[in-house]
Amino acid sequence: MTDTATELESLDTDREVLLSVKGLKKHFPIMKGVFRKQVGAVRAVDGVDFVIYKGETLGLVGESGSGKSTTGRVILQLDNATEGSVTFDGIELTQISSKDMRKLRRRMQMIFQDPHACLNPRMTVASIIGEPLVENSDMSKAERRSRIEELLQSVGLDPTHANRYPHEFSGGQRQRIGIARAIALHPEFIVCDEPIAALDVSIQAQVVNLLKKLQKELDLTYFFISHDLSMVRHIADRVAVMYLGHIVELAPVDVVYDDPKHPYTQALNSAVPVPDPLIEETRQRVILEGDVPSPANPPPGCVFSTRCPIATERCSSEVPEWRSLGNEHWVACHFAE
Amino acid sequence: MASINRHDDSRDQNGFGLSKDKPVLEVIGLTTQFRTQDGIVHAVNGVSFELREGEFLGVVGESGSGKSVSMMSLLKLIPMPPGEIVAGEVKFGGQDLLRISPSELRHVRGGEIGFIFQDPMTSLNPVIRIGKQITESLDLHTDLSKKESEARALELMELVGLPDAAQRLKSYPHELSGGMRQRIMIAMALACSPGMLIADEPTTALDVTIQAQIIELVKDLRQKLGTALIWITHDLGVVAGLADRVLVMYGGQIVEESPVKELYANPQHPYTQGLLESLPRADQKGEELNSIEGQPPSMYSAPTSCSFAPRCPFVFDRCREELPVLRLVAPDRKTACFYDMNNGEPFRD
Repeated sequence: MTDTATELESLDTDREVLLSVKGLKKHFPIMKGVFRKQVGAVRAVDGVDFVIYKGETLGLVGESGSGKSTTGRVILQLDNATEGSVTFDGIELTQISSKDMRKLRRRMQMIFQDPHACLNPRMTVASIIGEPLVENSDMSKAERRSRIEELLQSVGLDPTHANRYPHEFSGGQRQRIGIARAIALHPEFIVCDEPIAALDVSIQAQVVNLLKKLQKELDLTYFFISHDLSMVRHIADRVAVMYLGHIVELAPVDVVYDDPKHPYTQALNSAVPVPDPLIEETRQRVILEGDVPSPANPPPGCVFSTRCPIATERCSSEVPEWRSLGNEHWVACHFAE
Repeated sequence: MASINRHDDSRDQNGFGLSKDKPVLEVIGLTTQFRTQDGIVHAVNGVSFELREGEFLGVVGESGSGKSVSMMSLLKLIPMPPGEIVAGEVKFGGQDLLRISPSELRHVRGGEIGFIFQDPMTSLNPVIRIGKQITESLDLHTDLSKKESEARALELMELVGLPDAAQRLKSYPHELSGGMRQRIMIAMALACSPGMLIADEPTTALDVTIQAQIIELVKDLRQKLGTALIWITHDLGVVAGLADRVLVMYGGQIVEESPVKELYANPQHPYTQGLLESLPRADQKGEELNSIEGQPPSMYSAPTSCSFAPRCPFVFDRCREELPVLRLVAPDRKTACFYDMNNGEPFRD
């Protein structure tokens, strides 16, 4: 963990910080036996620090179980943090009452992975999108109706379909409904948790284009969680790479892809297949050995040390410091320079 | 190892590279439908292709394009009912697999054609040890003694790169990671030295670094064994690095068939082109992605015209009236389209 002084030094002072995360941890207890005694903890998120600037898209990539989704959920207080702080526009979210949090929710929204699971099948599209308006505004029925139509229009759906049910729409269209619901209350910040993972390739592009369009029109800030490195490269301004509950590297998008310093980022980049047979033919891959260790029992020292191609003895005993390499490039590796 | 190398040997006897062109499998006019409450789903509509000796054939398409159903239909591995194979021939080893007896078909499944499925956790039996699951297919399809099949299981485990093979054979599936389980699936598929393999999205459920391990393993096994392989995937990246030839499916039909390099360099079907252009590219960051507008077709009616026409940027009258069939447009390249992409005008025929 860095002290605030050095952190501020390497922040871009021209830009306004919307959200700041410090030392954030989320441990899920493991219970055992008749008396449900706690015997350990899954360290889903184990101390992460980062900021999100107003108007940017911060991408968060990592493999399954790395803690990306948990990070997103804890930021929005959908899960309580075990330790650490989350500050949104100067407000410490981990401390405020649930009543105050409710008021803040309209400013921070989430788009989920599976548009089928997150839409109530028994509600019409109009009532799904209208629900946040009923809860959080004093609109009249007619005002709501026109706002719903406006929202449907802005996500590229036919407003005359407002009375249909979710099952009458395709996966891509359902994701548009989820997006319309998320932007209904004019939020400033949206956590997009794998918003395109369940969609087909040709539909993914449509949804990503829509997200970018809305960001421009509504001045949105995105925290874009995904395991799809090539799509994150397309949409993000800066990218954080997560492994086993830790952020191992954070930098502007081109640096993460073209000049990564952490061995895990390098391996992750090289593992992604390129849709071009000529490149694939000559490509040299860094193939990581073995599997990701269990977050209930992470290795001592650097969490990546068990699979790292350049690990030394130091790595299995000493936790690497989260340090700045300058130019907004952060890394947690003893050997990165 | 001798049995594993069987196909290398037979290829040598056939000799001199000519064997590359001899099909291991030939499929003609395969048509599969599902009877549902809402009507008949026309999942596969007259699919014809061949798998050549030693070839790696990639089959790409989006969900609902019929890629899995058509390959599962080859061995009648679809639930029947509601599924029904209404037409077609599947020629393999001098037989039509759609017309042989159930006991003959059982012999082909797992014996002469191996299968690798997407999710090893649902295909492996959770209460039977790994070793037993591997030797099971050996007991069914070969006359190896118990000792011999155990030795063979060990040999297979080493072949697919699993350390501590003897120990692993005693494990249950849940004790292994996703990557290891997929290696076991591959070992099981290879157990009886099949003449060909069908892999259905074998890396889709895996993380990208584990996927890279499996891809390396498959490349390595191909060199060692030379088994012909059909690899079904929605990931154009995976196919680019592995396949010799690619079939692109849309709406239950093959819309393009091509050697891999030519396909990516110069797609001949508007759908293939749209699909490749909708992928984000490093050099076009921040720009709008070229998406294919609209939705995939409904499968509740049999296609009578081009099923891509409503989304196609090159559409003209003929596309809405007539069903395009695969036509040869260059050596070994076929497209099911009325529009000549190379000359920028409709084909004159």
